[in-house]
Order: sequence, then C-alpha cells, then structure tokens
Amino acid sequence: MSKQINVALIGNPNTGKTSVFNQLTGLNQKVGNYPGITVEKKEGICKLPRGVRAHIIDLPGTYSLNTTSLDESVAVELLLNKNDKDHPDVALVISDVENLKRNLLLFTQIKDLKIPAILVINMADRMARKGISIDIPLLEEKLNARIALVSTRKGLGIEQLKELIADYKSLSKTPNVDTTVIDPEYFDKLKKTFPKEDIYKLWLVITQDVNFMPIEKKLIKDASSFSTKTKSELKRLQQKETILRYQFINGILKETYKVDRNAAKGFRATLDKILTHKVFGYLIFFIILLTIFQAIYGWSEYPMDMIDGFFASATEWVKDTLPPGVFTNLIAEGVLAGIGGIVIFIPQIAFLFLFISLLEETGYMSRVVFLMDRIMRPFGLSGKSVVPLISGTACAIPAVMATRTIENWKERLITILVTPFTTCSARLPVYLIIIALVIPEGNFLGLSFKALTLMLLYILGFVAAIVSAMALNKILKIKSRSFFVIELPNYKLPLLKNVGYTVLEKTKSFVFGAGKIILAISIILWFLGSNGFSDDFNNAESIIEKRVSQEGYSTYSETYIKNNLEQYRASLVDSGMYPNVIQDSIQTMESTLEGRALNQEIASYKLEHSYMGYMGKAIEPVVEPLGYDWKIGIAVLTSFAAREVFVGTLATIYSVGNDEEETIKNRMAAEVNPVTKEPLFNLASGISLLLFYAFAMQCMSTLAIVKRETNSWKWPTFQLVFMSLFAYIIALIAYQILK
Amino acid sequence: METTVARLKRGQKGIIKEFTEDLLPIKLLELGCLPGNEVELVQVAPLKDPIYINVNGSHIAIRRIIAEQIALEIIEEDRQP
Repeated sequence: MSKQINVALIGNPNTGKTSVFNQLTGLNQKVGNYPGITVEKKEGICKLPRGVRAHIIDLPGTYSLNTTSLDESVAVELLLNKNDKDHPDVALVISDVENLKRNLLLFTQIKDLKIPAILVINMADRMARKGISIDIPLLEEKLNARIALVSTRKGLGIEQLKELIADYKSLSKTPNVDTTVIDPEYFDKLKKTFPKEDIYKLWLVITQDVNFMPIEKKLIKDASSFSTKTKSELKRLQQKETILRYQFINGILKETYKVDRNAAKGFRATLDKILTHKVFGYLIFFIILLTIFQAIYGWSEYPMDMIDGFFASATEWVKDTLPPGVFTNLIAEGVLAGIGGIVIFIPQIAFLFLFISLLEETGYMSRVVFLMDRIMRPFGLSGKSVVPLISGTACAIPAVMATRTIENWKERLITILVTPFTTCSARLPVYLIIIALVIPEGNFLGLSFKALTLMLLYILGFVAAIVSAMALNKILKIKSRSFFVIELPNYKLPLLKNVGYTVLEKTKSFVFGAGKIILAISIILWFLGSNGFSDDFNNAESIIEKRVSQEGYSTYSETYIKNNLEQYRASLVDSGMYPNVIQDSIQTMESTLEGRALNQEIASYKLEHSYMGYMGKAIEPVVEPLGYDWKIGIAVLTSFAAREVFVGTLATIYSVGNDEEETIKNRMAAEVNPVTKEPLFNLASGISLLLFYAFAMQCMSTLAIVKRETNSWKWPTFQLVFMSLFAYIIALIAYQILK
Repeated sequence: METTVARLKRGQKGIIKEFTEDLLPIKLLELGCLPGNEVELVQVAPLKDPIYINVNGSHIAIRRIIAEQIALEIIEEDRQP
C-alpha cells in the first residue's frame, strides 16, 4: 500500500484555487457536503512522486482565519481539529501574484497554527506584464517556508508543486508572528487556564464566532466559553492582530517584492469604465441576460427533440423485446417514461450552468453586484442579492447558500425568502412543454413568441421576488448594521477546464438528485395508475366492449380513427396499387385502428377507476377552477416534491396502458377536456399552469435548505403557505379571465 | 487636506489616517484597509453608491456609509485635473 497524505487547499477567493485543484486532481474529484451542513466539500486524489498519494480537499475561499461566515468556519475548523480524518498534513496556501500582500495575511495565520504550509503563487505568467518581480529564495527564508510559482492557465509549475508536497516532511513548522504581543496580560491568563493547549489555536477558538450572525456554531472545546472579554473587545484585538501581521508582511515584502507601478493596468480600468457605466453598464447587463434566455430556448431545441424521440423509441423497443407482463410494463410505462421526463432537460440545464459559471469566472458578476447595490437597497436587498437571484435561475438551493456572503442579516433573510420566486431550472421543463403546446408560432422583433413568453416568465419571477422583498422590508423589524464589502477581481478569460467541470458537475448532480425523486414517484404513480380495487376497474374490458357495441366509439376515438384512415388512404392513393387492393388494405387498417381505439378506451377507463383515478377525482374540485383535469391535478400535487416531476408524472399517467409510440408532447396535445370537448391544454389552462408554477413553492429541498440557513421552521413554512396560496389565486384569476 | 474616502474624486488618492467609528468590519482591514495605507478612488457606482476603491492593491467596493468613516489625508500632487 502506498502512503496517503491529506492536503488542504486554502486561499482567498479569486486566486485560482479551484484551478489548482483541477490541475492536481483532474477528473479524480467528487463534490459532496460536509456532514450536517450545506457547505460544499470538494475532494480529490492526486498521485505524487515517490509513490505518495495525496487526498486533496479544496476548502471554501477565505481572506483570513477570522471567520465571518459558515463557509469560512468550515475551513478553520478543519485546520483546528487534529482529530478530523481530513486534518491536513500539508496546507497549500494559494495566492495570486498581484495580491501577494493580502494573501500572506492568511499564510502567516496558517503558519502560526504550526501546520506545514507551502505558499503557491498562482498566475505567475502575469508577472512580467504587471511589472512584478519577487526574490523567491529570500522570501522563502523570511517566511521559513517553501514557495511554488505556478500558472494554472499555462499549466506551469505543477510538477514542481507535486515534488514539494511529496517532500512535506522537510517543511518547517515554525510560526511567523507572535500574536500574544497584542495583549500580553490576556494571553498570559489564557495560557495559565489551558496550559496544554497551543495559544494561537485557543485564540482562534475563542474568536470564532464574534463576527458572524446568526447561526453560531458550537465548538467542541471549553475554550469557547473562556471569555473575560466582551465581543467588541475581542474584535478590537482581532484588528490589532491584523495590523500586527501586516507590519510583519510589509517588512518582508519591502525586501523581496518589487512592482513597477507604470506597467499596464489600462485594460482593467477601461473595462471597468464601460461595464459599470451608468448607461452602458445596465444595457450590457440586460443584453447578456437576453442572450442567455434566447440561447436556452433556441440552441437546445435540437438535442431535446432527439432525446424525446429516443425515449419514445426506447419505450417501444422494450415493449417489443421483453416478454409482456407486469415487469415490462413497469420498465416501459413507469421507469422509462419518468427518466425520459428528466433527461430531456439536460441540454438546457447545461447551457444555464455554462452561462452562470462564465459570468462568475470572468469576474463580471462582481461588477453586477457593484452596479446593482444601490438599486436593490430600497427593496431591502443588497447588491450581493443579485448573485443568488441570478444563480437562482439554475437552482434555488445553491442560490440560498450563496446568500452567505451578505453581511447584513435582514438583507440576507429577505434574499433567502424571495429567491425561490426566480425561475429555477426545475420550472423550465414545465414552462417549455406548456409553451410549446399553447403559445402560437410567430415573431416579434426577431424573437419568437415562445422565447418571449419564456423571457416574460423569467421577468415575472424577478418582479415577484422584488415586490415581495419590498413588502418584507416593510414588515420585518430586524435591526442590523450594514456592512458591505466586495472584492472586484481582475478580469480573466475563463478557463475552459474550470467551466467544463462546473457544467458537468452541476448537471450531473441535478440529474441524479432530481432523478432519484422522479424515479420513485414514477414507480409509485405507475402502480397507483395500473391497479385498482373497484369492480369498474376489474371489469373494464367487458364494460367498455359492451358500451362500444351499444353506443359506438366516443367522439375522440371516432376522430382518431377517421384522421388516421384519411392519412393512410392518401398515402395509398399515390402508391399506384390496384383499387381493390387499396380497399382491402384500408379495411384491414380500419379494424386495426378500431382495435387500438378500443384498447385506449379501456385503458383510460381503467385509469379513471384505478387508485390514482380516485385520488385525482378527490382533488379535482380544487384544481377545476384553474382549468385542470384530475390528471394535471395529480401532476401538480406530485410537483410539491420537486417541480420537474410534472412532465414525468404526466408522461407516466398518459403512457399507462398506451400501446403507441408517442412523444410526451403529442400525448399532451391529444388530451381533451371532458366537459368542453376541446384540447385540455389551451391558452387559458396553459397560462394558468404557467402562472401557478411561476409562484408556487414546490420544492422540498429548497424548504429544507431554508430551514437550515435560517435555523427555524418559521421561514420555510411561511414560504410554502404564502407562495402557494398566492400562486393559486393568480392562476385562478388568469384562467377565469382567459377561458 | 483631511477628508474621508466618501469625499474623494475619481482618480484621487489619499493615505488612511484613522477610522472615525471604532468597529469597521474585520474583512475591510484584512483586505488592506489599514491606517497608513494608500487609497485611490477608482469609480463611483451610477447612483453615487457604492464606492469602488483601490486600497493597498485590493480592488474593493464599499458603501458610502462605511466610506464616510474612513478618514484620510489627500495626497496633494494627485489633485491636479
């Protein structure tokens, strides 16, 4: 067995930490969560020289070990807790070459924890252009540590870095700064109380939660209760510590780090001027959003049609190949139909994540925060709320987690509460299929009506979020101070590899996360739909056969037979066959079609009298005023587990007992309203459905995250009740006006 | 001349003297916003808030209300238009 060591990557945001991680681990990585909390945990394996294997953890970005958020405290806790199985043998502190001074603050703190540390200076390829020169040997001597110069963009220095990690045993553990000088008396007392503990470690444990609200994490040590000082006294000491560290760092850098101020900085300044301009800034932002929506709708149409077709023929193939029976039906009607309902949306979700990760990677997102802060404030939001609101278009779960960067608790709470209004990718399946069914073809200003409708729905989501934020801002009485600090990082060309990994990772977790729920629900639905207890269900065949022989086929079946026969006749006329042959063929076809129609009528009669039919009928009075039948009602109800279940549910319901190869869309188009005899999915019921999905809080996972982030059931319950009632009322009004 | 970060004009620089309020967010200090360091006003957002500064090589944006608490001495030579 080769030896395995733990390596932790730690560093400021925007230093290319993730790029280093990707370079070291390649595709040997997985993303999970830290146990019990929703902080993302990225880990991977890297082979080092001399047979050493490294288990690498990418810790959340942080400016220092003075934690101000849950994410940062994860990093600190791992560094403090020697018993954690992931406690690092080596820490790689990732720094970028331009902000070395600030990055060294974190580096000296880690050195003082006596963890062997390597300083990784990334973006070394920019040094010449930025007029920077560093005396590496002298800096290594002053810091008492090894340094690796790398460029993840060019792939330089990675091998040397691996060498250094493999050689971790020779790294020095000497601290850089003596923190106790900021208040000798206090630290003396501390030392006497806990003689066995490391003094700097104790200090970090004590100050862990002075800066962050309102979920304070419990620390295992008794030291957290050691407070002979108030919070503001501790904060003042933290400030003193920071100043002390900067004195040390400035002293070192004066001798080792030279920067020619006249070297190019024009590019950044020019771009900043344009992108944050009072007119162009907003215009560019708007155009970018517009492009994203058009892309999601336009570009992904072809792969989606292919996937839809593929699942239709796969279902048929299964039915033809496997021996008929319950198992085959389960696979074809339950499992395949359900999975098809989620796989079809991969192209769109991938596009969405692609754009969002591009905006983040280039550094543009922070400019948007800067532009929007003042505009968002009257609504009780912060400029930083823009990031959750935009990434909420992918998924509300990471969006709610992204609110952690908002310093002000009231602004953060409001952002959490309104984020689920933004149109997440789970709504997309529902929107797309309904839009395709009910919105007419046509163009307006070069955009198709369908794309426009989609965009309006997105805007509607944002408006709902903003308006409810404004209301909450008035209602909520929370006093909290407004601290707002955001770094505006240098513009970067996005690294293809990073963007690719993000898209792959997010899409995968979306498909598998949602896939599990959908699969389970599909199987349950299939069972409920193909089993029943009443006589009506068990004797469906004889009942329908009797009805057909007495009253003939239903209007729907008659049109079905007539239309298909017409088509068949037309195709035969052109074939040049003899009239009597044609006549025979048509007769054979007619009896086949009649057989199919009979089967369909039996199937739908069975469905109506299955377990699911009875359940659906029970809720029908509630959904009828919105223009839905009981089948849509079932789909809406299951959507409260997760919205994307809607299409899969309908697919399962419609395919139970159905012999024909049909795409989901065609099946939905063929549904007829039993009362009006018109297509069930028309403009009125379609718009009503769209609006219901736009506003309703139908996502268990989001509710769970909100509970976790706000530390109470009060807020998720409020969201569920308020949003869903609101959705019902709006959908009701829309249907009653449009019908 | 003494003033605060909030009153700088675009491109103007100054040296941080002190904080008029005791407890600024620690993050601001960690990013290099410390007495003795140089601040340059890079940009002001369209609605006059927030303010985009370069302090100690860190490019950060802060709200006007915090900027008003950072007292500084303007570097005169940079005041020419």
